[in-house]
Amino acid sequence: MDIYGSLVEIVGEEFVSDQEEELYIYSRDSGAQQPRKADYVVVPKTVEEVQKIVLLANKEKIPVTPMGGGLTLSGLAVPLKGGIVLDMKRMDRIIEINEKSKYALLEAGVTQGALYSHLQKNYPHLEHSMPDAPPMATIVGNVVIQGHGHLSVSCGINSQMVNGMEVVLPTGEVCKLGSCSVSPYWFTRDPLPDLMGLFIGWLGTTGIITKIALQLFPKPKFRDLLTFTSNELDLLPDFIFDITQLNLMDNLFIISQEWPPWAQGILYVPIVSAQDEEEFELKKKLHIELLRKYEGKITLVEGKHADRMREARLPVPPVTLGVMAADAKQGGGFEYTGGIVPIEKVPEASTRSVEIAHKYGQPYLLGYQLLTSGHSMMCGLAYCLNRADDEDVEKVRNAIDETNKMILDVGGVLWKAEAPGQRLMVQKMDPNTINLMKRVMKALDPNAIMNPGNWSE
Amino acid sequence: MALADYKDMVHRCFRCGYCKFTSDYSYVGFNCPIYSKARLESYSPGGLMWLIYASLVKGKLKPSKHFSEILYSCTMCRNCSEECKFQFHDDIVHVLKAAREEMVDRQLMPPMVSQFLKNVYDYGNPYRELKENRDNWAENTDIRHYEEDDEFLYYVGCVGSYDTVSQKAARALGNVLLRSGLSFGILGSREICDGNEVDMLGEKGLFEFLKEENTKTFKELGVKKIVTLSPHSYNTLKNNYSDEFEVFHYTQLLRDLIKSGKLDVSRGFKAKVTYHDPCFLGRYNNEYDAPREILTAIPGIELIEMERTKENSFCCGGGGGNFYTDVIGGGENTPSRIRVREAHETGASILAVSCPVCMMMLEDALKAEGLENDLAIKDISEIMDAALA
Repeated sequence: MDIYGSLVEIVGEEFVSDQEEELYIYSRDSGAQQPRKADYVVVPKTVEEVQKIVLLANKEKIPVTPMGGGLTLSGLAVPLKGGIVLDMKRMDRIIEINEKSKYALLEAGVTQGALYSHLQKNYPHLEHSMPDAPPMATIVGNVVIQGHGHLSVSCGINSQMVNGMEVVLPTGEVCKLGSCSVSPYWFTRDPLPDLMGLFIGWLGTTGIITKIALQLFPKPKFRDLLTFTSNELDLLPDFIFDITQLNLMDNLFIISQEWPPWAQGILYVPIVSAQDEEEFELKKKLHIELLRKYEGKITLVEGKHADRMREARLPVPPVTLGVMAADAKQGGGFEYTGGIVPIEKVPEASTRSVEIAHKYGQPYLLGYQLLTSGHSMMCGLAYCLNRADDEDVEKVRNAIDETNKMILDVGGVLWKAEAPGQRLMVQKMDPNTINLMKRVMKALDPNAIMNPGNWSE
Repeated sequence: MALADYKDMVHRCFRCGYCKFTSDYSYVGFNCPIYSKARLESYSPGGLMWLIYASLVKGKLKPSKHFSEILYSCTMCRNCSEECKFQFHDDIVHVLKAAREEMVDRQLMPPMVSQFLKNVYDYGNPYRELKENRDNWAENTDIRHYEEDDEFLYYVGCVGSYDTVSQKAARALGNVLLRSGLSFGILGSREICDGNEVDMLGEKGLFEFLKEENTKTFKELGVKKIVTLSPHSYNTLKNNYSDEFEVFHYTQLLRDLIKSGKLDVSRGFKAKVTYHDPCFLGRYNNEYDAPREILTAIPGIELIEMERTKENSFCCGGGGGNFYTDVIGGGENTPSRIRVREAHETGASILAVSCPVCMMMLEDALKAEGLENDLAIKDISEIMDAALA
């Protein structure tokens, strides 16, 4: 069968490629994972086009890898078994903002930057939780990897903010999930069976999300961050407990990096906001007063370092220290392991992360993000890599593998894990859980066409 | 600099995508003209950087016809350099140009690019027009050739000289300059291509030849000050030619002539006007104010900004030689058609430009969009001409 010709019939010649140049670009990302060659790149515009592509792929047993911004850095949108890469970013309509029920109904290719711009222009009193990623990342991409955002402490992680979805199943059916399955409104995922769980965290192996309804939140008039510093890692679990007991933060970053020297040790960066100035000042005051309990062991940073932190961490969309630090090796490559760990295990994960970084000749660059009201911590050990140096890329790949093993060893789980990291988790997983996952995948995707090689061999 | 000089830099791009947006996220969509149309990652600054690395630095991909088309579809608008968050941001357009030089050295340009360069070499302009016809646009006007004691050389450029739409701007500017009492003249058949697009297309040798020939002519005639119709000419004469010539874009000169009272715009021009920033005046030379100061000085003009203005302006798609080579291709999402729709949305009746390339591109797009009855493209020189008392 003429696959290329069939794809052209579906989306038009302009939006299909089997040329080496597109295949090269879509076969790799900026992380350390090995490139895997795509056979076709397709850029659909409508759900009907996605449906036709999936029906074709299912009939011909061609792998399909959906891609948003392609910014996981862990190769999740790189086609491990070849086939079609489905770049969703042309499906970029912001269909509706429901102001009163506070949600945005979006096509799958809408980027974080586009939604931010739309809200800023038309609904300046509303905001969505924006991840600590470049604005090219898509809303759906961040949801399916269970990503976080700048409201992760106050409002939860982004996959919890989904009210509804439209998905194309691997067998071609289009399904609506959430309240939209029984109502014209996409306002809630409860109290129905949570079928959205079949598509969140599955890394594109169970279907293709074509629409999503994402919760919006009141945008505060005032927002600022505080910077606290400490050299006593062991205090971290207690301090996190105490600061979350205040229950006043939007977000909390924890940063520890070898360069610049003032960022060594631990920097706690709580972000607070309010609609009212008096409330805002009180929130900041209460956070600073908390430091009394720690008798100089955790102290407030003021002056130029605090301003530098403001410049780096306060803007939404972000221009983070991570983005700037990514170029430290001047190598165009960057990947970080994202382990989600229990709060009490953070000191151990942190100490061992520094040891691993040093073992591989890297300065340590740790960025932590508190998830929800102090229920777990995302620990990111970042590695810059030089794409021009194959040995360096392999070294970083090995460092990531070792860090992943450490995270699992301390009792954590891996966030947006690359395929080898997924295999490490499967090795530790309850066999009945693995069997259930396999049965679910088989039921939804009998020909195993969806992003194969993820959550499977 | 040659591509070899960037060998340790080309791979530094992360493809993070900041380069596709506007700096303040005021616009819902992308600001890279070729990505806005093609929507394939290969047609984005990051995609181009990675392909240049793979094809021309590392040799992992053969520099194919398709690669050549991708590379030459870029309009060199400089949005990527403006928005990139990394230290190497300025080098992005330098790398793109160096890659094109490499393609020229290997004779791997798309046919229309080769044709453009050949025409400029053979005729001194891309249109294969005779040099004797270069000042036909000035017939029946009082615009004369440059003489030794003239204060300004009025350098018209190829598009203003030969393109029938843009000739209107060339004539209007000549008329305004005459009315100001300034002593100036044109080169007529002695004017040849300034080489800005030749340089952007990577034909370094031809660019050096054009620069030498123009410089020789300027010096023979004793030229000290040059005013250009085109921002493209302004860019290269100001930044790549000898410092001994003082170069102005015409909007800078007219702004000063209004301020000094040598041009009286009190007749006014009643219209709602929106203004399109040309890349080679704005992002390349940081001149955003002069055109706006002219428009706001004219009584009756209500200036309405488009969503994308100044450093966030959206390229018309004509840069980097695309006004002639059209490597970027047609369709409803060509940059010029997107831009005309954006101008129409402001409710303005006039889309003001200060570049003959933009004028030509947007005029064509206006027809393609069927908006001729709602919106008119006018060069600021034409608006000035109508506003003079």
